[in-house]
Amino acid sequence: MLVNVGLVQALMSGLLMGFVYSLIALGLSLIYGVMDVVNFAHGEFLMLGMFLAYWFSVLFRLDPLIAIFIIIPVLFLVGVGIYKGLIKRILNGTRISQILTTFGLSVFMANMAMFLWTPNYRLAERHLTSTTGDLSIFGVYLGVPELIASVGSILVFAFAYYLIRFTRTGRAIQATSIDSEGARLVGINIDNIYAITFGLGISCVGAAGVLLATFYYIFPYVGTFFSMIAFATVALGGFGSVEGSFVAGILIGIIESLGGFFISPAVKYAIVFMTYMVVIILRPATGLFGW
Amino acid sequence: MPKISRKTVVTVLLYVGAVVIAPLFSKAPFYRHVLIMVGLYGLLGVAWNIMGGYTGLYSFGQSAFFGIGAYTSTMMLVKAGVSPWIGMLCGGILAAIVAAGVAYPTSRLRGPYFTIASQAFARTFQILMTNWDYVEGAIGIPLPLMPDTWRFMQFKDKIPYHIIIFSLLGIAILVCYYIERSRTGYYFRAIRDSEQVASALGINTVRQRIIAAMLSAFFTAIAGTFYAQYVLYIDPESVTHHALSIEIVMVAAVGGAGTIWGPVLGAAILMPISQYARAALGGAGRGIDLIIYGVIIMVIALVRPTGILGFFQRERTIEGEGGDDVDTTITAGTGSDDAVRGALGQS
Repeated sequence: MLVNVGLVQALMSGLLMGFVYSLIALGLSLIYGVMDVVNFAHGEFLMLGMFLAYWFSVLFRLDPLIAIFIIIPVLFLVGVGIYKGLIKRILNGTRISQILTTFGLSVFMANMAMFLWTPNYRLAERHLTSTTGDLSIFGVYLGVPELIASVGSILVFAFAYYLIRFTRTGRAIQATSIDSEGARLVGINIDNIYAITFGLGISCVGAAGVLLATFYYIFPYVGTFFSMIAFATVALGGFGSVEGSFVAGILIGIIESLGGFFISPAVKYAIVFMTYMVVIILRPATGLFGW
Repeated sequence: MPKISRKTVVTVLLYVGAVVIAPLFSKAPFYRHVLIMVGLYGLLGVAWNIMGGYTGLYSFGQSAFFGIGAYTSTMMLVKAGVSPWIGMLCGGILAAIVAAGVAYPTSRLRGPYFTIASQAFARTFQILMTNWDYVEGAIGIPLPLMPDTWRFMQFKDKIPYHIIIFSLLGIAILVCYYIERSRTGYYFRAIRDSEQVASALGINTVRQRIIAAMLSAFFTAIAGTFYAQYVLYIDPESVTHHALSIEIVMVAAVGGAGTIWGPVLGAAILMPISQYARAALGGAGRGIDLIIYGVIIMVIALVRPTGILGFFQRERTIEGEGGDDVDTTITAGTGSDDAVRGALGQS
């Protein structure tokens, strides 16, 4: 019985974390699907979101759950700016210049954060809800911050999904992702769509960062780790697939926590990465749900 | 075996001369330390280049092989008192075997997929090393102090280290010269330019990719052993860390991937920047060298993806994911044809 409770506990906490992973992966998958660029700096935008949440909470005494409404548009603009200044120039470039540019951006951002904000671990200040506290449902304890983060992730994911699937701009994004030349022919401004997509991808991962900031440690190199998780998730869900990201995020969260439960918490990420290796070897580029 | 030309002799003499003269400019240990770092990262860059530059496989996971080299020789020394020279060879061979084991299943991956997979492999390796008690896990292993001997590769002075690392680098460069002129080199470049065309011409691309990975891992592991003997303390954080993989790629990409001297040039530019920045700014400037690296690499990737020494112009066909890449290679003419013809002509 005890084992069962523990197992359910692990499943539930994996599920909660999984929703956050889904949101992180959505941004990466979207950018890849539409622009065909693998954003190696993805995790660094998560880090940026976390630090923004931290500074809003410390300087303006805004709870991350309120600040998120300011941070999402800010990161959207940051994304558009980075697209215009950097990404646009590599769209027609070689693969290696794409890899190295986004990679250079990631090294630059992580170390800039290190330089400006020191390598110290920080926690955002909470004002609306308590930082700790568990909710007990049938003997299974769920952390309130984790619960809020996962519900928040689902909401942001749903909003992004709505934007992509049901709005005019969203249809233009889909059209560009299917065939950019064709989209150009029917009068879609590809450049704007790319800028919006990049901004949208960055605000998704940034929003995940803000939600994570409510309970996760904030430090300059936090992004490199989440980048790997995001790559694993997107590889599992299929590069470019929105629905795939959602399911794969949950799967990765559950694999991680079950690995921690059955083997050892110390190696749970090794298990995630190995799962990823197996998937990418068996089904490169398409993932489990790609076609 | 290519004939030894006058150019080769002059190059060798210039290299030996530069290596001998360089440490004489200053007796300051720090200056000599920077030189050794140039040699170490030059070796790592040259090793990466065999995979990244010639074969087009951008590995971001070289730190795992560096770690294998450092740990193999150190464990053999600590547990059995075996000379690090033997440990170096064993580490290199072990790394090559592991590389073959990784290269085989990943031989279908290209472009960014290969890059991400190599990163995942190195990170898994780091986590496993951190949690493996036999190798002291996260605590790390201090190497036992020995008297100044060549047998145990430990010296108080920096000059012997200087000689060792630049000899190793010299050997690696010679191997690259040989690869460039040999059939293997043509195979590698054909795979880089278009894997589909290479395979259509009858090149066993999987085997060639494995060979490239093994050679690269071998030299990376040798550098790992050298590092362990030089610093005399290893732990997963220092010898298997992701940042190391990044620096290796930077060194090669900045100098010019796919050229013999590019990675050496890259190390000669980047290492003084990072070492002096760290020394000058200390704890306050943590990360400043990497900020500079990040900017340099972005600028180079945008302005001249070919690196400072210049890359081949026909890099465009590297990814080879779509079916249309056969067209591009053939119409691109000059460049790829050269490699393809070489592979054909010699086979």
